[in-house]
Amino acid sequence: MNPYVVLRVVSKLLIPLIFLFGLYVHFHGEYSPGGGFSAGVVLGVGVILFALIFGMEAARKAVPPYAARFGMALGALLFASVGFASLIMGGEFLNYTVLHPDRTYVGQHIGIIAVELGVLTSVTSVIIAIFYAFAGRERSGDTAED
Amino acid sequence: MNGAEITQVFDYLLMVMLLAISIAVIRLQNLFAVVVLTGAYSLIAAAWFVSLSAADVAITEAAVGAGISTVLLLAAMLLTSREAKPTSAFRHWSALVVMTAAGAAVFYALGDLPVYGSADTPANTGVGMDYITRTPEEINIPNVVTAVLASYRGFDTMGEVFVVFAAGVGVALLLNLSGRGRREEGGE
Repeated sequence: MNPYVVLRVVSKLLIPLIFLFGLYVHFHGEYSPGGGFSAGVVLGVGVILFALIFGMEAARKAVPPYAARFGMALGALLFASVGFASLIMGGEFLNYTVLHPDRTYVGQHIGIIAVELGVLTSVTSVIIAIFYAFAGRERSGDTAED
Repeated sequence: MNGAEITQVFDYLLMVMLLAISIAVIRLQNLFAVVVLTGAYSLIAAAWFVSLSAADVAITEAAVGAGISTVLLLAAMLLTSREAKPTSAFRHWSALVVMTAAGAAVFYALGDLPVYGSADTPANTGVGMDYITRTPEEINIPNVVTAVLASYRGFDTMGEVFVVFAAGVGVALLLNLSGRGRREEGGE
């Protein structure tokens, strides 16, 4: 736990806003700048800030390392499975138009939303995982950090 | 002075700031200052991208460059020393030779570049124009960048996601993901 009261209070206010902004960047990505990549990074930063202020143990409880490991693969799998779904439904790989029976832009919307969700999951998880891997290490010879 | 000229002045100002920061990063020996300055570099680069109307890139640059990279570099710095070792004069001179050659090549190619803000560059007239005209009828979403990223260039984006995934797996394999390996080994 960080001993500085100002940092703790301000980040307690900021972290929910960061997550809200990340979700906004993601779900508004079709209308404004943003999308899975940037939103994933913003969400990852939110978790990192939480870990920096409230300690690694609290962060590991909030977002367990296995969830990050699972999410990395799940996101990539989701993206690829959209491609295979369009392949099975009679189109080319990642041709989203065939995902809706009307074969119009609705299929494109479904595909884009699914794919962006995959990007979001993968990027967020990878960033959290890399941070856990780095921050969990100690300097050789030092005592364990709490 | 019209609007376009003012943004151009902004661009030059931001480029000068980027140059000043990169010189400071090269000159400094204190790794903490270097890491913080690289974060500032990314933040100014993000401001520059906004000035060039590339808001999608700016968000990512601000979050990745100024946010994640800075934190990860700080975390890595805690595991090593806080000061860089001074490099030998020979390495300075060889670097200078390489950079002079590369810089001369860049300046040689400068003449072939299109004029700043020109509307009839290959990027604007060719496939870019195609995406802009086809997105409203084929995909029907306002943000063309998302349409290109997720649909027209979906295969590229899938490759990017798999690269990110590979990076995550690589780090998880090299450094134990939970970070508790040493303690568990020591306890037993």
